[in-house]
Amino acid sequence: MNFELSEEQRLMAESVGRFLSDHYDFEQRKQIIRSDAGASTAVWKQLADMGVLSIPFSEAAGGFGGGATDMMSAMQSIGQSLVVEPVLATVLAARLIDRAGSAAQKTEIVSAVVDGSRKLAFAHLEDSARYRVSHVALSATRAADGWILNGLKRVVVGATLADLLVVSARTSGKAGDAQGISLFVVAPGAKGVSMTGYRTLDNQRGADVRLDSVKVGADALVGTEGAALPVIEEAFDFATALLCSEAVGAMQFANDTTLEYLKTRKQFGAPIGSFQALQHRMVEMFVSTEQARSMSYLAASKVDTTTDPLERARIISAAKIKIADACRQVSQESIQLHGGMGMTEEMKVSHTFRRLTMIAQQFGDVDAHLERFAALDH
Amino acid sequence: MDLNYSPEELAFRDQVRGWLKANLPEDLRRKNADGGHLGKEDLLRWHKILAKQGWVAPAWPKEWGGPDWNATQRYIFEEECGLAGTPQIVAFGVVMCAQVLLKFGSDEQKKRHLPGIYNGDVFWVQGYSEPGSGSDLASLKTRADRKGDKYIVNGQKIWTSLGQYGDWIFCLVRTNFDTKIRQEGISFLLIDMKTPGITVRPLILMDGGHEVNEVFFDNVEVPVENLVHEEGKGWTVAKYLLGHERLNTGRIGASKRELARLKAFAAKQLDADGRSMMDDPRFRDKLTRVEVELMALEITNLRFLDAMRGGRPPGADVSMLKIRGTEIQQALTELMMQAAGPMAVPFKAVGESLAGEFDALTASLAARYANYRKTSIYAGSNEIQRNIIAKATLGL
Repeated sequence: MNFELSEEQRLMAESVGRFLSDHYDFEQRKQIIRSDAGASTAVWKQLADMGVLSIPFSEAAGGFGGGATDMMSAMQSIGQSLVVEPVLATVLAARLIDRAGSAAQKTEIVSAVVDGSRKLAFAHLEDSARYRVSHVALSATRAADGWILNGLKRVVVGATLADLLVVSARTSGKAGDAQGISLFVVAPGAKGVSMTGYRTLDNQRGADVRLDSVKVGADALVGTEGAALPVIEEAFDFATALLCSEAVGAMQFANDTTLEYLKTRKQFGAPIGSFQALQHRMVEMFVSTEQARSMSYLAASKVDTTTDPLERARIISAAKIKIADACRQVSQESIQLHGGMGMTEEMKVSHTFRRLTMIAQQFGDVDAHLERFAALDH
Repeated sequence: MDLNYSPEELAFRDQVRGWLKANLPEDLRRKNADGGHLGKEDLLRWHKILAKQGWVAPAWPKEWGGPDWNATQRYIFEEECGLAGTPQIVAFGVVMCAQVLLKFGSDEQKKRHLPGIYNGDVFWVQGYSEPGSGSDLASLKTRADRKGDKYIVNGQKIWTSLGQYGDWIFCLVRTNFDTKIRQEGISFLLIDMKTPGITVRPLILMDGGHEVNEVFFDNVEVPVENLVHEEGKGWTVAKYLLGHERLNTGRIGASKRELARLKAFAAKQLDADGRSMMDDPRFRDKLTRVEVELMALEITNLRFLDAMRGGRPPGADVSMLKIRGTEIQQALTELMMQAAGPMAVPFKAVGESLAGEFDALTASLAARYANYRKTSIYAGSNEIQRNIIAKATLGL
């Protein structure tokens, strides 16, 4: 057992940390989120050049062959700097192809993710699904030389930025069935695809994606027809482990900046951090963040090493429960301790609040994971 | 980073597990599991079994009988003891007094006291708190006046755990009332409790148990060779000890065993529709949150041990182990009571038996819940622990 980073992990942490502190400060981020696209191609290229987008993908696809542990420090830095580039969205979608796709799909699509030339998004959520992964109703029916897709996907993070969508669809059975879910790659510009884009709570970009008799070829199917659910669950668990690391970075920033504020803001002739009522709340934020950090380590280590999907799911749910509770506590307390200033758009901490709120519910909120943990516990 | 145990660590764990299974007396295990009261003989019996095996003092250097384990091995041993449900080794001698002697004691003091501690021949207790000095320990007033080659000790200690069994007591006393900084007037003294002038009076806690005492000192003569470190340096000694003490307050292994016991117990508690408490979502969510906090605390504890490799002292942030560890212990006793529902209400004070059809475990729940409220108060209340983190870690 050891907690030390490898040499590669340490170098990656340093270079991503340095790049983001030089080129992704609060002002620069503000420019990016105000732009039409809501993301920066220059930043994306830099992230790819540093290898962030190659870490978790197979060597066959040109990747580094690493795991969530190798991504950990980069994700923490992304959380600290509130990066809005669709890293997590792209990694999630590309993992589906890297794990289940054909050799040709890996060479063509995952390699292009690794070198930074393509962004991806995973269109999965549907109305009434809440957090049930098997609730897929969007239909895919066989046509002469491929498939025809019909249905609506909601809140697809990164959709308007994506060069390619991975879409989950039902090829047999009904919504909620474990069998009968399949994955397809769909070009956003294909005939019949329409998007309604919007900002998300944390200033990323998302969209509702309608597929109206969209024709795709037989080679658009990713993996085995009807057997995609375990692939999707694994990818969500992996992405959740990354999200946990990102959350820890964001909470670390919230704590650092709140602590700084407690030391400098004066009322009643003294720094407000001299008041015990506030000190103890700050300590609780600190302790919860360290507990969340421990769970982020456990989550990353578990998705990388376990071969048992139930054990993986159990630990990921445990981690997400702790992370979600900590996100809520740290985000709310950091605003409260900043007083009125914390409410303003001009303070970065209010944006961290928005990101932490989003993370708490992304890939399953605390109640969803409490339910899954109880169901898996024995 | 790899959070899995290495093959060597797993082999060590299996060795410890096997030995504990073969050597923990069943009657002690049972008594401990049922929340029974462990007396001096129970505690020393287990102490001596471990001493014979060479495992009673995991943190001691090899020359004094330590097993030469690294931090991870010590953690594994600690955890396995908790999982097996062994009695807790009384910390006052082996952990606390010994750590002080090893760090600050003279060769003479080490030779005189360490073997007795190791073999369980001398039962040590701690004399810190006073009626007027709880959280504000540095205000303590028990005085030791130097007279020739003796100190004359007068005053009162309180909350002396297991003081009724004590052969010797280590005390913080005031040797100087005139220092500008009050901490600099405090000294660390070892006192033989058979010395004339010492009176021990029991304080019975709300669970009916006799754990703590008041200890009165009336012109007690203590030879000056029983002073540890220098006169006026007692606070330095106490602070050193506090860091060590807090590392052991997580009690991860014991809480894991309690959690397993809670789950097994709750699974058997059925409501009128035949539904188990484990399938009651309101109860289950509370239980899961405690379990997750414990999983996290185990990793946090290991991170501290990892950071201490190479002998670096723990930082003030180890206080979080005390805070979260005791919150978890308390939550588990509370959930046990809740799982039992109306059956948890009959109260069996420590040492009594309960009439009616109650198994030993159910009968002990209410008293145990009441007893565990102490954990967030003793060894530096959780509020004091937060003050420590605020000041020393966060710089507030």
